[in-house]
Amino acid sequence: MNPTLIAELEQITGKDGILHTPEDLAVYGYDGTFEEHRPDVVVLPRTTEQVSQIVKLAARERIPLVTRGMGSGLAAASVPFNGGITLSMTRMNRILEIDEANATVHAEAGVVTADLQTAVELVGLFYPPDPSSNKHSTIGGNIACNAGGPRCLKYGVTGDYVLGLTVVLADGRILHTGGKCIKDVVGYDLNALFTGSEGTLGIITEAILRLTAKPKFARTALVEFSALDAASHTVNAILSAGIVPATIELMDETAIACIEESMHLGLPLDVQATLLIETDGTDKDFVLREIEAIAKICCECGARQVKVAKNETERASLWKARRSVSPALARKAPNKLGEDITVPRSAIPDAIRQLKAVSVKYGLPIVIFGHAGDGNLHPNILFDKRDPEQWKKVEKMVAEEFEIALRLGGTLSGEHGVGALKRPYIGSALGEVSIEIQKKIKAALDPLNVLNPGKVLPD
Amino acid sequence: MKSSLHRPDESQYLNCIRCGLCLSVCPTYREYLSETASPRGRTALARKGLEGELELSPNLLEQMYSCFACMACNDACPVGLRPADLAVDMRQVQEQIQPAEWKQALFGGLIPKPGRMELATFPLRIYEKLGLRRLIYALGLRKVLPPRIRDMEAMLPRLPQRPLRQELPEVTEAKDKSRNRVGFFLGCAQSLMFADESAATVRVLARNGSTVITPKETVCCGMPAAGYGRQDLVMEQARHNIAIYEQAGVETIITDCATCGSTLKDYGQLLKNDPDWAERADVFSKKVRDVSEFLMSIPLEKPKGRIEARVTYHDPCHLRRGQGVWKQPREILRMIDGIEFIDLPDADWCCGSAGSQLITHYETSLKVLGRKMDSIESTRAEYIASGCPGCQMQLNVGIRQRGLDVQVVHPIELLDRAYNQ
Repeated sequence: MNPTLIAELEQITGKDGILHTPEDLAVYGYDGTFEEHRPDVVVLPRTTEQVSQIVKLAARERIPLVTRGMGSGLAAASVPFNGGITLSMTRMNRILEIDEANATVHAEAGVVTADLQTAVELVGLFYPPDPSSNKHSTIGGNIACNAGGPRCLKYGVTGDYVLGLTVVLADGRILHTGGKCIKDVVGYDLNALFTGSEGTLGIITEAILRLTAKPKFARTALVEFSALDAASHTVNAILSAGIVPATIELMDETAIACIEESMHLGLPLDVQATLLIETDGTDKDFVLREIEAIAKICCECGARQVKVAKNETERASLWKARRSVSPALARKAPNKLGEDITVPRSAIPDAIRQLKAVSVKYGLPIVIFGHAGDGNLHPNILFDKRDPEQWKKVEKMVAEEFEIALRLGGTLSGEHGVGALKRPYIGSALGEVSIEIQKKIKAALDPLNVLNPGKVLPD
Repeated sequence: MKSSLHRPDESQYLNCIRCGLCLSVCPTYREYLSETASPRGRTALARKGLEGELELSPNLLEQMYSCFACMACNDACPVGLRPADLAVDMRQVQEQIQPAEWKQALFGGLIPKPGRMELATFPLRIYEKLGLRRLIYALGLRKVLPPRIRDMEAMLPRLPQRPLRQELPEVTEAKDKSRNRVGFFLGCAQSLMFADESAATVRVLARNGSTVITPKETVCCGMPAAGYGRQDLVMEQARHNIAIYEQAGVETIITDCATCGSTLKDYGQLLKNDPDWAERADVFSKKVRDVSEFLMSIPLEKPKGRIEARVTYHDPCHLRRGQGVWKQPREILRMIDGIEFIDLPDADWCCGSAGSQLITHYETSLKVLGRKMDSIESTRAEYIASGCPGCQMQLNVGIRQRGLDVQVVHPIELLDRAYNQ
């Protein structure tokens, strides 16, 4: 990049906020996918004001600007395919206020989600969204992708907790949306507009998030099934009985085998599927009754065994296992492509059957796990990218996975976002009218197409 | 790049799925919040450097040296990769392409020669012995030293009059009936600087029924050379030490230095491709035990004495992750009456020593240390126990910087003291 521009950027952030050696650029070119492209410069701002000045410079020079947090995204949304400025928000990591009376937290975008959770739990409050990456992703990134997680079944997704945002717009102006009020219907809902916008409409620098009381008790059960079908039917049986557990997580046999291989927890290797079910609440008896009721339904639906974690250590190790499924798959094959299709929950058994059929058709394994309770599934294709034949198959398989989701009334992504990877399919998911409107929104907010160009919407 | 070079196992970088989990446990990432200072970043750089996409430039190799090799990422990686080991392996790649002469002199000529090491550290003992050190402290002269020199000075414990190697008998008889015959591996730092600790270790072993054999011809375990990419020298030192213990005829080899222990336990792996030594090295490594690990595996006498103090414990990386030993030192401390044991928050987070990081990466080392010192202060402990000379020196720097009234000890020293009250 032009040295005068670097010098100008250094004026804004100080020298230590600008990285541009070949080594720095090489490691800021990827996220949690296999996609990669180098930026021309990396900027690590410390204040909203600095972000505003950087955006003004980018707009003036027409330099593409891609925002990122810890780079754990799974849709290549933060890969700078057009070079330009990569804006890393990791150093804006202060928790500005925990308001106990109003149960809100005001934090900068770069705060690590798990750090925020620990901080609010110290005062008895609770931030429920729990993406598996909560230790290596940031609040800003979670909001920009509207991250989900297991607990969303009961508690809702990241967006349900966003009360207010500070956003730097494409021309450098600073916008404040919402505030600490729970109810707010004045004007359009701009919180919702920026949530999930993947850095294409503005740069989220701060957020005010809603908190709830921390549940005092939780019980977790690992339920084993000899047949995958029985597991997927059980999900609906529980929910139809009027019980809303905090989580219902499904793992198929390959997923279980991968975890067991890497963590040696003594998980059963002769089952076709397991459900990881957790209930929580403030009343111990209620939580216990609920897990018993769930256990009964599971057995009626053909569960082979229901094991309830006896203590916090057992519970923690079950969750550690669940969180490591996705990366543990790397032990099985050099590459994996994980999607996060979502279907209405009644369609889960059909979706799983059809996904397994795709695997058989192409001869590559598809591992299925995910948040079965809310219909959000993670089919992961295992393959070797170095084999061009396999890669060709994978591309076809992904298209078929998306077709299945759409055919069953679902959609492409429940929590990872569109980024670059799902962009080719967004038209078939949304339809012409929706795409046209969304392009107009993008043009209104970023007429120069400086913010994360080439992502989400088709050209 | 020449094909004859020793290269890291390619699966160690090809299989990285870039999930980013390692970022959350990395001390250098935590301080700089930049991908370049993270295990995932270093792994990507190693790959690009080895595959020719990037030059093996000084800056690329510096990223490998900026790793504290605390191994937290090795433990965290869900794929089972060992990014910290890869960073150290890359230092070896550099040494093969561009060998540094000073490393030959330091790691080949000085460190593995106990006599020369004792000579080289003689001025330090004089400094202590003649009371110069006390004088400097008493006159407040420390304050006028430049901060870096002041911190180096602060690393030093109270130095022994003579190296322990010259004092400790070859054979220390068990106190009553001898139940075991064990070898003791006396580490360099223990002999030259923490002699009181190793003397205590030998006393405690003898008291608990072990006849202790301390061969004097052993050399440095090899960790310093390993950290600077001279695996070849480590192998030489390993062969030397293995041969000596074959002569000693012991079933167990004990060390009270976390770093030595993790290196000695790795000899089997290190020499696995050497047909003459693979089996001998394997036999050797399987005999090695950290002193706390050994003591908790035998019937250990409960001390009758009391130590009235608040005590906390810091996990040396080379003990907790290098050897999987973390329960035993805590158990030893908890069995001493009077001790109020306080859990140190993030006890297994690196202290920033990493051997010589305070000298080579001063700023980063102090940042990492600062986090550790905040944790220590929060416990309001009077003693911080930790069985690693590197950690102890580093913690001493933090304590002197902050003017805290905290003593750094080896857990065995407290046990020994409780026995002798």
